[in-house]
Amino acid sequence: MMTELSLNVLDVAQNSVKAGASLIGITVEADTENDRLTIVIEDNGCGMTEEQVKQVTDPFYTTRTTRKVGLGVPFFKLAAESAGGRFGIASEPGKGTKVTAEFRLSHIDRMPLGDMTETIHSLVTMNVDIDFLYVYRVDKREFTLDTREFREILGGVPFNMPEVSGYIRDYLSENKAETDGGVIL
Amino acid sequence: MKSLEELKAIREKMQGQVGLRAEDDTVTRVVVGMATCGIAAGARPVLAAFADGVQKKGLTNVMVTQTGCIGLCKYEPIVEIMEPGKEKVTYIKVTPEKAEEIIDQHLVRGQIISDYTIK
Repeated sequence: MMTELSLNVLDVAQNSVKAGASLIGITVEADTENDRLTIVIEDNGCGMTEEQVKQVTDPFYTTRTTRKVGLGVPFFKLAAESAGGRFGIASEPGKGTKVTAEFRLSHIDRMPLGDMTETIHSLVTMNVDIDFLYVYRVDKREFTLDTREFREILGGVPFNMPEVSGYIRDYLSENKAETDGGVIL
Repeated sequence: MKSLEELKAIREKMQGQVGLRAEDDTVTRVVVGMATCGIAAGARPVLAAFADGVQKKGLTNVMVTQTGCIGLCKYEPIVEIMEPGKEKVTYIKVTPEKAEEIIDQHLVRGQIISDYTIK
């Protein structure tokens, strides 16, 4: 099991990386009025067939050859379903995949969201050729990190240069604090 | 909100320096396993420790990257270090603290910490 939801996000987003996506969208939305936490991971990668989508939530299904279990998606599904939520995957070969996990925000078994800043930071700086669109929303406040915007400003300067990497971490943590007021989700 | 103006300033500062990276055949690669097994065992802070540590020490000939599962899940977090012309070294059950030691001993001084490796 993962210890925080942001690790599930990192893990499931790795599937998008492996699917050859050029754009990965990650949305985290907390809605206190409706007691909901929704996480969406969406990519334009190679997608899956209907058959694969059915199998992917089965822990004993994996395409990898180094081990016989594939626990990433089942972990995320279990985390949602054991916290009064729902889990869904929509995918189309050649178009991409969309993973949606919903949680009851106040559910006693809901894992903490954890360090989303570190998750997004490592995705962006470790996959410099992929664009990420990260949206963090808490009730009516939100902020967005769009690497396409960053890329345009930076010209050829890569995201893993120390100064840029540091800027991205500060951008994420400062804007997060402004959006949620420091509340631990 | 943090402004994009700062990013423009960084670009202006960095633009002349982009070509400074070492040639591919002299680069040491630090590869962190980031599949489900690695992440669940704590690979994210290990990856961050290597990336930050390498930057702080100014090791421009070291590249920190990630890989999937190599099939030794119970030894995760696993970090492989590949130096050109040398045999691959595999560190197991790495923590951010061990990462700092590995940077100092292995990457800076060239001494393998055999207590942390698997053969």
